[in-house]
Amino acid sequence: MTEKTFIAGFGGQGVISLGQLWVYLGMKEGLKVTFFPFYGAEKRGGIARASVIVSTDEIASPLVTKPDSAVVMNMDSLPICEDIVKEGGYLLVNSSLVKVEPKRKDLKVVKVPCNELAEKIGDVKIANMVMMGALAKVTGAIKMDKLEPVLKTFFPESKHKYIPSNLAAVKAGMDAV
Amino acid sequence: MAEDIRLMKGNEAIAEAAIRAGCRAYFGYPITPQNELTAYMARHMLDRKRTFIQAESEVSAINMVYGAAAAGARSMTSSSSPGVSLKQEGISYICGADLPAVIVNVARSGPGLGGISPGQADYFQSTRGGGHGDYYHFVLAPKSVQEAADLTYEAFDLSDEWRIPAMILADGLIGQMMEGVVLPAERELSKLPKRPYAVGDQAKQGRPINHVSSINLVPLELEASVRARFERYAKIKETLVRYEETQVEDADLVLVAYGTSARVSLGALQEARKAGLKVGLFRPITLWPFPEKRLAELAGKGKRFLAVEMSMGQMVEDVRLAVNGKAPVEFYGRCGGVIPTEDEVLAAARKILGK
Repeated sequence: MTEKTFIAGFGGQGVISLGQLWVYLGMKEGLKVTFFPFYGAEKRGGIARASVIVSTDEIASPLVTKPDSAVVMNMDSLPICEDIVKEGGYLLVNSSLVKVEPKRKDLKVVKVPCNELAEKIGDVKIANMVMMGALAKVTGAIKMDKLEPVLKTFFPESKHKYIPSNLAAVKAGMDAV
Repeated sequence: MAEDIRLMKGNEAIAEAAIRAGCRAYFGYPITPQNELTAYMARHMLDRKRTFIQAESEVSAINMVYGAAAAGARSMTSSSSPGVSLKQEGISYICGADLPAVIVNVARSGPGLGGISPGQADYFQSTRGGGHGDYYHFVLAPKSVQEAADLTYEAFDLSDEWRIPAMILADGLIGQMMEGVVLPAERELSKLPKRPYAVGDQAKQGRPINHVSSINLVPLELEASVRARFERYAKIKETLVRYEETQVEDADLVLVAYGTSARVSLGALQEARKAGLKVGLFRPITLWPFPEKRLAELAGKGKRFLAVEMSMGQMVEDVRLAVNGKAPVEFYGRCGGVIPTEDEVLAAARKILGK
């Protein structure tokens, strides 16, 4: 199994965190992983992108150019993602912010109202975690069965109070697809 | 006890490996895309009561490395392409003074300030002795975060053993990406190799005075010291060449690539094999000493070669020198911070194979 994912959104949406946590979870499940971030020199408002790969085999290029799945967190990222997803691949769209339809007809489009679901839990900042739940459910690449203990090793002690809301966000994302 | 696997950036893994190898003094100056390395050192060297200095420039940093090395400390600096250019004078002096040091280049695209995206156009500068004078130093090219850590760790030992600096030539992708890494064991500072040629503390220890310098105004003496150094180079070329081969034996076309390009080329190889094309991969790990003998051997077996680089073609010249006209050597490269894709490399391979 190899799942190549491309994630894009604007700076501050947690694109980089989502990518990092995704591969960290993969690593903890015994997979080979790579994470390569790409962002501009802007202090805020630029597009943040991440190439992430989780695989049962050794990973060749860490740069994802033909993803199996792509995550679109905002409007500006839609054309970038739509352009590169492999034929018949998954396009996961944050439908809270992306109000237009993808042009390609071959893609499996999955709409997740990440911001709304995150706000319902109480914090729009965890919209990325909602998306991660959806991504895990749709691709099946990461099981997420040991999410809580793994989150405890990912976040420093001082941030552990946020773990329950993060768990709720991931669950909400899984349930939404 | 076996260490756990950790998720780290290449830059951080290099820094942690250096600390564990017994680096006692780090001198740096900020530049993208290697800043995490300097930042990691700032935090963790000071924690361990070792020396960390953010110098006022790259030139200062390399000269501080020179001084610390002369005083007997395992010392290191890191930078990215434009900053490494500035360090070349100091590297030449360190080589001329026969001192160990570790220099990390997390290369970006050039020339000039260029861009902050990954590049491999510093190959000539790294492998030819980028400063003035007759000299070489080790150049090790990691392909992954794990190898970046392992090679950095080893670089300190190689450098100490041969009294020749060792350079880690990574690129922005290796530095910035995260992968799982198992870190090497921490070295005890008291058990590191002794440096009887080091300066300092002579009076207290009753040792004779040591001079560390690259200057010698007597031509015959200077010639002798350069020649002695080249004898060490010859031994290194005999024993320390390192490379990795993937499906080379039955290959009609052998891709030759290091670092990030080798990762991309491996992906192209996998696609090619699926399509029934006999493509192999030869990955130099030591860029100096370059694995020229093995390439010559492969050329003798009728292989063709395609060098893949993130430059306009630099390592390809070493491949051609090694092959020495016995086999065709083609080139595919991207530059300016563009990373070639697996599809592009596959297309270049198909063109050569006519399939």
